[in-house]
This record gives sequence, structure tokens and C-alpha cells, in this order.
Amino acid sequence: MSEKLTFALAGNPNSGKTTMFNALTGARQHVGNYPGVTVAKKEGLLRSGDRDVRVVDLPGTYSLTPYSQEELAARNFLINEKPHAVIDVLDANTLERSLYLAVQFLELGAPLILALNMMDEVRRRRMTIDTAKLSALMGVPVVETIARDGEGKEALIREAVAYAEANRGKTTPLCISYGRDIDAALDEMEPLVKNSGLMAALVPARWVALKFLEGDPDIVAMSQRDKALAAALSSIADRVAAHVRRTENTHPESIIADHRYGYIAALLREGVVRKDTTVESIRLSDRVDKVVTNAFLGPIIMLAVLYGMFQLTFAIGEIPMGWLETFFGWLGGVAEASIPEGLFQSLIVSGIIDGVGGVLGFVPLILVMFLCLAFLEDLGYMARLAYILDRVFKLFGLHGSSVMPFIISGGIPGGCAVPGVMAARTLRSPPERLATILTAPFMSCGAKVPVFILLIAAFFPDTAGNAMFVLTLGAWAMALLVARLLRGTVIQGAATPFLMELPPYRIPTLRGVLIHTWERGWQYIKKAGTIILAISILLWAAMTFPGLPEERAGEFEEQRAAIEAEMETASQAGAAEDALAAFEDRLAEVDNFEAEAALRNSLAGRVGTALEGLTSLAGYDWRTNIALVGGFAAKEVIVSTLGTAYSLGEVDPEETDSLSARLAADPAFNAWTAISLLVFTMLYAPCFVTVVAIAKESSWKWAAFSMVFNTALAFGAATLVYQVGTRL
Amino acid sequence: MEQTTGLRQLKINCRAKIRQVTAQGELGRRIRDMGLVPDTEIQVIGKAPLRDPVAIRLRDFTLTLRNNEADHITVTVLECADV
Repeated sequence: MSEKLTFALAGNPNSGKTTMFNALTGARQHVGNYPGVTVAKKEGLLRSGDRDVRVVDLPGTYSLTPYSQEELAARNFLINEKPHAVIDVLDANTLERSLYLAVQFLELGAPLILALNMMDEVRRRRMTIDTAKLSALMGVPVVETIARDGEGKEALIREAVAYAEANRGKTTPLCISYGRDIDAALDEMEPLVKNSGLMAALVPARWVALKFLEGDPDIVAMSQRDKALAAALSSIADRVAAHVRRTENTHPESIIADHRYGYIAALLREGVVRKDTTVESIRLSDRVDKVVTNAFLGPIIMLAVLYGMFQLTFAIGEIPMGWLETFFGWLGGVAEASIPEGLFQSLIVSGIIDGVGGVLGFVPLILVMFLCLAFLEDLGYMARLAYILDRVFKLFGLHGSSVMPFIISGGIPGGCAVPGVMAARTLRSPPERLATILTAPFMSCGAKVPVFILLIAAFFPDTAGNAMFVLTLGAWAMALLVARLLRGTVIQGAATPFLMELPPYRIPTLRGVLIHTWERGWQYIKKAGTIILAISILLWAAMTFPGLPEERAGEFEEQRAAIEAEMETASQAGAAEDALAAFEDRLAEVDNFEAEAALRNSLAGRVGTALEGLTSLAGYDWRTNIALVGGFAAKEVIVSTLGTAYSLGEVDPEETDSLSARLAADPAFNAWTAISLLVFTMLYAPCFVTVVAIAKESSWKWAAFSMVFNTALAFGAATLVYQVGTRL
Repeated sequence: MEQTTGLRQLKINCRAKIRQVTAQGELGRRIRDMGLVPDTEIQVIGKAPLRDPVAIRLRDFTLTLRNNEADHITVTVLECADV
């Protein structure tokens, strides 16, 4: 039985690393492949021959001097876990830049394999890469791959296993000459590091010295453990820095970078790459960008893309949504018919089927939205959005990269604030990051969408797409304004650079888009099946117990008996059919009153009623209050609770009207109540899971702040809308 | 005589060669890691709708940066194609 091997997949963002990971492991996790971020560490298992191989997908990185937390995570994995092989997936189209990272891997002494990815594009550009020569020059195996269709992946793993077995983790670190001054300093520093044993088992001593000259904050901090060593290294580093500033007006770190690129240029000059300069197919992306990022057309296209997405979503999503609604209505009817009347029936029908069904009904819409989002992401359009919007975002104290967390949170409706908040890790400076984390939850996440759709369908059915569009823009506007407010007051600090790659447009693969869509959709369905189910049941219980007191129940019973007696008399007197039907109606009315009284008397009803004094300012009755309080747990609960609340107050078992129709018919609801409720839902406290995410990414203080501040803001805005609106 | 100028002043479709990168610390490191080192040929290929950030092409890829970041980079203009 041979030992399990660990391979790390590393490389620049947009190099096809994640596609390669999926191709190798068949894993189905999605990674937001926006420039620079992989939110979680992902692993997959595969077998090659008789070897089990663990593949770890590292976050995309441009350099081993960490810039973001993701890049630091990638480096720490390489240093601390010492994978048996590091597979550097690089975009062969940008060989020169990509090798910059590869050279740093070699300096670190990592057992490196190069996967020259996207060879299909290289061939299309009539470019040739002499991989044998590259392999000989760099002294590492080089494999040509096309991750999109899996070409070369077996060869890649075979080579990696062979390399790992041959080397047993022992490789000689690459030593580049950095010019006389730096080399002399390194020669001086290397024995000092070696003698002190700093990180001795993990990295080459020369690498530590090099990082020290580069001023890598992480390594400098680490060396402080040995005060004498740190002092000695600092004095050498300072001396070199002073010397090169005097003689060449430059800094050690820039000399090091220059020499690395010089080393790569020298390698490539050996005739590795041959380009047919008459074919410049990369210019196609440029031509598209001339239009897409044009001063006039860019913003118009951006709005058109978003607008088109909603129209598409509603046009396609509504049909299966209707089927699902019918299905859950039918299911409720069946349950009602087959389970004897009583608490258990009420739990199944009102608690579970109406609650969870209300949420699952929106799955088709959300899948279509995710589909569009995954397509735009894989296409490369998201990076353009950051580019187009950076200037504006800067104005509001944010960063172009804040677009990503915003969009993932639901800037294009259907996202989720939890990964959105986590995606803010790409942002380097704490103030911009915090402002993004706190404002991203205003976006129309997948959980708010059902609430929006419900209210829109009830009160603005003819302009559903437009209403959704307005809501989306409103959320952006509020997020930006609040960000500006926060950045001007409680979160002050300088802006960070906007150095970002614009990846060439690439037509997404159907498989990739479907995987991404399904992963996000599945998250939503799972949430409906677990958290929402639990909360539905809890809220059902809160809305059912305690029941009506004996005497109140008795009163309704008496009323019913009286009507039944009258009906009996009339029937014996030979009354007409419709006269008897009138009695039936009166009976149903009594049942309705009883149900409403029972709900009002329940735990949730009492809380809702207690809040009525305050929330009536914004136009909400006690039933809406119950739903909004439930929405603290998860926004989907608003819909399921309204569903439960309104189904408890409704008796006709044949009635499978949609909740929208019931709301529209309810006298307590009008268009301004709906708008007020939309505003409140958009702005108030993030759901519980998001609050936890905010706390993890910042602190509990800020998580508490977001709950209190957002709810106060939401209530103020909703009240304003309702009060002004109803007076018009 | 070669004419050096700030990267900010470079017009769209102009090609230039980087002369000097004066940024230090984190920004400087980031700029260099992305391949903006002396002697690199670049071409300005576009500007965002509000003229900031700019998109430049170097080493077969496209990079964006803000004007105030471009101020740390001086270049020699090679040629400017007609727009």
C-alpha cells in the first residue's frame, strides 16, 4: 500500500485552474472565479494507477509575495503542508507573465509541474510553444493541456505522480542572479538564516533572505522571533537598500522583480515561443471591449444586460413556477384529504407544505437567474463591470472589486449575502472591506427575491420585470449611499490600488455554467429543506399555540350551533338551494373568525399585535409583523410565514389560490403597504447566517451594528414611503 | 531625443516602453508582480467610461489601473496609432 500523494493546483487567476480541478476530480464545487478569489479551500480525490491522490485547489495568485488573504493562504499551504507536487496551471497565452509565479515556486524549492493550459487558443493564434525546450530550460516537467475538454489531464497526473515519486519532495531551489548588490547581500544573509534555523525545515534559507530584501511583511514579522537574527538581517537589508538608492535610484524589491522578468525573458529568447504576428486573434477581445467599456455604450450595455436578465428570468421562470405552485396546492389538498383533521394535519399542511412549498416554488426563477449569472461570470463580463464602475465606487468610498461581493450578494438578484460577504476578502484595505461587508447585504439576495416576487405579483402584476429592475437599482443606490455615509463617519481610511487583470472574453462551456448554476441552486434548495423547514415548523407552533381559551372557542361553537339549527329548520320548511348555501357561507365566516382569533391569540400573534402600535406607522398589521420577525432568521421565512398565516385564516380546503391572490384580496394590504414592505425587506437586518458571516469576517461589534443600524434604517425608510405615499 | 512622460498622459492606442516605476512598498510590489517593470512594452487600449481606470496591454494580457497609480510609472512613447 503506497502512501497517499497530495498535489496542489496553483496558478494565476483566470488560468483555468478551477476548470482543471473539476476535470481532474470530477468535483462539483463552485469557485467564484472572479479575479483573485477562491473563497474556500477545495479538495478532491482521484486515483492514478494504484495511487490515491488528494488534489487541493489553491486560490489564484500572481505572486508568492502575498497581497490578499487568499494569496497568503496559498503560500502558507505550500510552505506548511509541503505537497508532493505543485501543479502550476498557466494560461499558455500569457506565458511570460505566468512564468513569473512559476519562477517563484522554483525559488521556494517546490516540486513543480507546469500545465500549459488553453493550448487550443494558442494553436488558434498560430503560436507555437516548444514545450520540450521549456521543460529542459526550466528543469521541470511540462504538459500541454486544455482544461475545458480535459485534454492532457491524464498525462498531467501521470507526470506529477512520477515526478513526486522520483523526487520524494527533494528538489534543488532555483538560484537566480539578482545582480551584484543583491547577490552579495543574499550570500551574507543565507548563512545567518541557516544558523538560526528559522523555518529551516520548511523553506530554503536563501528564500527567507530574499523575502527579507523584498520587504515581505509576513516573513519580516516571522523573523522577529529571533531578535538577534532580525537585527542582523535588517541591517544588511537597510544597507543594500541605501546603496541601491544612492547608486541606481531604485529599491531592492524592484531589482528583484526586474531580474525575475529578465530571467524569464532570457529563457523565452531561446526560441520557446514562436508567434505568427500576422494573426492577432487576441484583438477580438479588444474590439469587443471598445464597445462594452465605451463611455456611452458601456453603461447602456450594463443596464441592458441586467434588464434583459430580469425579463428573461421572468419569461422563462414563471412557467415552471406555475407548475410548482399547482403541485404544492394539489399536495396540500391530498394531505388534507388523507390526514384526519386536527393538529397533525395543520402541521403538515400549514406548517410544512405551505411553508417549504412557498420557498421551493421559487426554485425555477432562481435557477434561471443563477444560470445568467454563471454565464456572465465565466464569460469575463464581471471583470468589465468592476472596471466600468471603479470610478463611481471610488466616489462612494468603495473599490471596483466591491462590485463582486455586491453582485454575489444579489446585485443581480438571486445571489446570497453569505458568500458575498466572504468574497469581500479580495479587498485589501480594511476600511473598504468593512464598508463592502456591511452594505452588501442590502442587495436582492435569493431569499428576498421570493418576497419581492410575491408582493410584485400581488400588486404590480403587469410590470413585474420593471418593478424588479427598479428594486435592484434601489438596492445598489442604498448600498452606495450607506457606504459613503459609513466611509465618511465610522469607517475612515485610504483607498487601495486597482490593479486587475481583464481576462479575454471566453465563451463559457455549457458544463461549467450548469455546474455553477446547480451548485448555487442546490444551496438554496438545501436551505429550504433544512433551516427553512425547521423555522417553518417553529413558527407554525408559535402561530398555533396556545389555542383559543375554552370560553372563546365555546362562543364560536355556540354561533355555529345556532346557524346549524336555523339551517335545519329552514331545510325542513323546504327552503331553496341557494338559501341553504347562504347558511353555509355564514358557517364558513364563523370558522374564519375563529381561525383569525386563534392566530391572534397565539404566541406569534401576541408578539405581532404588540408590535402593531409601532409598525402601523409603516403600514404593517400583526400578521406581517410575524412574518418580518421570522425574516430575521432567514428572509425566505417571510414568504413561508405569510403563507402559513394566511392559510391558517382560510378554511376552504378546495381553495388553492396562490398567496399573491390572497394578499391582493386582503383589505389590510394596498399598494403602499406593499411598497413599504418591499423597502423594509430590502434594507432590514441581514439574515442570521449572514450576521454570523459578518461577525467572522469583521467582528461581533460590526455584526450587531449591521442588525441594529439596518433595521432602524429600514423602518425609517419604510415609514417615510408609507406615510408620504398614502397621503398623496 | 527620447521623450519620457507619465503613463497617465499616454493616449489610447499609444505604445510606450516603461522607463521607471517609482512606487514603493505594497503598491510598488503589486505593480511589479503584475509585470510592470522597466523595459516592458505597453499599449494603452482603453479607458473606462469616466476616463479612469485605464486598460493597458502588456505581455499578452490586459491590465487595468487607476490614473493615480499610473502616476508612479514613467514611460517613453514609441508610437501612437490613429484612433
